[in-house]
Amino acid sequence: MPRRTHIQTTLNGEEIDFLCEPRQSLLEVLRDELGLTGTKEGCNNGNCGACSVLMDGRVVNSCCVLGVEAEGSEVVTIEGVAEGDTLHPLQQCFLEEAALQCGVCTPGFIVAAKALLDSEPDADEARVRHWLAGNLCRCTGYDKIVRAVLKASEMEEVSA
Amino acid sequence: MTTTEKPDYKVIGTRPIRPDGVEKVTGKALYGADIHLPDLVQGAVLRSPHAHARILSIDTSAAEAMPGVLAVVTHSDLPVVADKVLDMGEGASTASDMSKNVLAADKALYRGHAIAGVAATNVHDALTAIEAIKVEYEVLTPVLNVQDAMRDDAPLLDESRHTRTPSGEESEDASNVAAHNRFEGGDVEAAYAEADVVVEREFDTKMVHQGYIEPHNGTANWNSDGTLTVWTSTQGAFAVRGALAELLQLPVSRIRVIPMEIGGGFGGKIGVYLEPVAALLSRKCGRPVQLTMDRTDVFQATGPTSGGHMKGKLAVKDGKITAAEVSLAFEAGAFPGSPVMAGAMCMLSPYEVENFKVDAYDVVVNKPKVAAYRAPGAPNASFCVEQLIDELARETGADPLQFRLSNSAREGTRMITGVAHPRIGQEETVQAAQASDHYNSPIEGPNRGRGVAGGFWFNAGMQSSVVASVNPDGTVNLIEGSTDIGGTRASLAMQLAETLGIEYDSVRPTVVDTDSVGHNDVTGGSRTAYASGQAVYEAGLDIQQQMVARAAQLWECEAEDVEYADGALRHTSDSEKTMTFAELAGKQMETGGPLQGRGSVVARSPGAAFGVHVVDVEVDPDTGKVDILRYTIAQDVGTAVHPAYVEGQMQGGVVQGIGWALNEEYYYGEDGRMENASFLDYRMPTSLDLPMIDTIIVEVPNPGHPFGVRGVGEVPIVPPLAAIANAVHDATGHRFTELPISPRRVVEELHNLQ
Repeated sequence: MPRRTHIQTTLNGEEIDFLCEPRQSLLEVLRDELGLTGTKEGCNNGNCGACSVLMDGRVVNSCCVLGVEAEGSEVVTIEGVAEGDTLHPLQQCFLEEAALQCGVCTPGFIVAAKALLDSEPDADEARVRHWLAGNLCRCTGYDKIVRAVLKASEMEEVSA
Repeated sequence: MTTTEKPDYKVIGTRPIRPDGVEKVTGKALYGADIHLPDLVQGAVLRSPHAHARILSIDTSAAEAMPGVLAVVTHSDLPVVADKVLDMGEGASTASDMSKNVLAADKALYRGHAIAGVAATNVHDALTAIEAIKVEYEVLTPVLNVQDAMRDDAPLLDESRHTRTPSGEESEDASNVAAHNRFEGGDVEAAYAEADVVVEREFDTKMVHQGYIEPHNGTANWNSDGTLTVWTSTQGAFAVRGALAELLQLPVSRIRVIPMEIGGGFGGKIGVYLEPVAALLSRKCGRPVQLTMDRTDVFQATGPTSGGHMKGKLAVKDGKITAAEVSLAFEAGAFPGSPVMAGAMCMLSPYEVENFKVDAYDVVVNKPKVAAYRAPGAPNASFCVEQLIDELARETGADPLQFRLSNSAREGTRMITGVAHPRIGQEETVQAAQASDHYNSPIEGPNRGRGVAGGFWFNAGMQSSVVASVNPDGTVNLIEGSTDIGGTRASLAMQLAETLGIEYDSVRPTVVDTDSVGHNDVTGGSRTAYASGQAVYEAGLDIQQQMVARAAQLWECEAEDVEYADGALRHTSDSEKTMTFAELAGKQMETGGPLQGRGSVVARSPGAAFGVHVVDVEVDPDTGKVDILRYTIAQDVGTAVHPAYVEGQMQGGVVQGIGWALNEEYYYGEDGRMENASFLDYRMPTSLDLPMIDTIIVEVPNPGHPFGVRGVGEVPIVPPLAAIANAVHDATGHRFTELPISPRRVVEELHNLQ
């Protein structure tokens, strides 16, 4: 077995450490080593966005980041988006707007959309469509996803 | 828009949040690849690098000796199975073909065909080990399209295969054509002779994939007592159980299939691929084994739906379509079973056509065995017919929607199968499209055009069963066995709440494994909200009846003196005696014990679905890119149980159709290698490629369902291919007869015109 590296990182607000092989992706570490299976694998080569997580506030495809690269960074996964039992406005709007069907792309979309709304709370439809073009959904045709994100952006403005 | 007066429903027609919603937006829902069992090991599958090759030998000894490797299996580990036909719900195969598809026997029939499976302590070791398996191949010439496959001198995939001819006999010579079927009625030649206009063209489409985001997975635990447990993301746990029983020669009762959440299927997750291999590996190593595919495997070895070649000839006389002669040849992939018959039976069904001759050829080629894909066969066939109809309308100066309305099928119109339509909403759907804001808005500007097309899908019925347990607090647990792929927990709970006259939130649905509920056919064929809904309705009636009997017992009266309405029981002549559902639910112990309702149906009147689409496009003549400017879909859904989920089905189907029309194709090299087996190169639509998709819900209730529900999910993918081709023709004056209408094709064909 290849030598494993000791990594310290902040995951969903909690300081943690883990051991991983250099060849393991952050996606593999999250799912197989840390048991956080909310982040999904759709393609394992950066084309579908199902594995989107935030690293230091930026959206990354966790299949294209090595586990060892998480050293010293702040990682947020879908499991860290809600606050306790209060859903994030995006999560609530995805439910209300029927923005998921099978739901397997949903964690990636919510994480990616959160990164957008965190930095651009006024994003319009064109911007939302552009931003989310890295996330594939095969069920919805995107209509209701885009509406959910726009609705959440209004809620965020209200709360801001 | 409602065309028939609808009862005053309380729950049906509302838009509640789905019961599984919170788990899915928080990442807690467990899909097949998310399961971690004690002692679980991982596996990998070796796949053929050749599209067509004889397997001379397989040497697994080096792989078996590698560190971490626990078991290796090949086709020789599978029992010999009979040629018994296994009907999986949306497409049938013989057990023998299925067995050879799961692990190749004497021949590899497509690139990606599974050759051997390995289980190891971790997936990296398993992946290393499959490279150590030595396979000796005799490489053969692949057959890669129907025209080549149908040539007399074509290399044969299976030397023992003969064509089943329309008369039911076998052809003399061996052939790649597995079946030729024909539908004939009236006199097409006479109709052509009298016609005002006859149009005739040939069309080609390529294989396309369902494109679900979740790759296939299968986890199996084979106990030493011969019991097998399988966790998998499937559209049909019972179909998987039945297939495993045949392939592994086990009694059905020994197999428990646990359906995990499923990340999309669209028909592609009905068959078995990994599950039998994981089971064999588990038997060999004595530990639970998990197999997952990567995206390349998904493209190369699962799905897709057929490409094919089509010829059509249609005639019009005095505004009526008088004749249709259509020949369809569809790729089945490596084993027989393309959806060509479904395509043949669907394509003319929106219309009244007296004289017809339809030929359907099921053709094997060295590509993955096709799987069902949303209204299988109908989109391709409609790509042919709906373009010819567009031409007939143009040639006769008719408005394309009015032309379709004038030729519409209605109740009593016979399809080419001879079956008469029951009450259908075809005319209402065309009229809804005609009345839409979209169709009444002008389309202006250079390189822009508008197209329309219609579509039909049968919808399926089949078997469903549910149990509903009444709890002492007046809530109800609904136990069902239909995979929830897009909101059926909600739509079934809503139908039970409506039947019982209680709140939606009082019903808690759970999808359970194959040991825990009666048989349920696949979530496919647009059947679940309809057929499982009917089972739910029957379970509700069962509860009502039992409650009436119990109220009569408490009130010491006859059951006829008690009525159940609006979630309460009332004595018909004594207004003092009333009880709510919850009150009686709280008296179960004193009235006969736990109260359960059962529903078990073979649903036989699914009520067909019709859709009419209107699309505006803009074609960039320099880059060849086609932009979708506006899209409207009108569809008869019978009764929309959850309108938001109905809209979602319509929008999702349209967008898959847009991908099929404009970008998606299996792109093969001459050696039979799919050259675009990734999401980067097999380009599905993104949010950036699309406008909002406008939906018009037409409700012509299905007389075959207590709430008038019709299947919804599949027909939305039928019209887009032709609708977009018609719009591109309107924009450019050029008719594209080959899919996809990709930038390369648009530039090439428009350039060749100049």
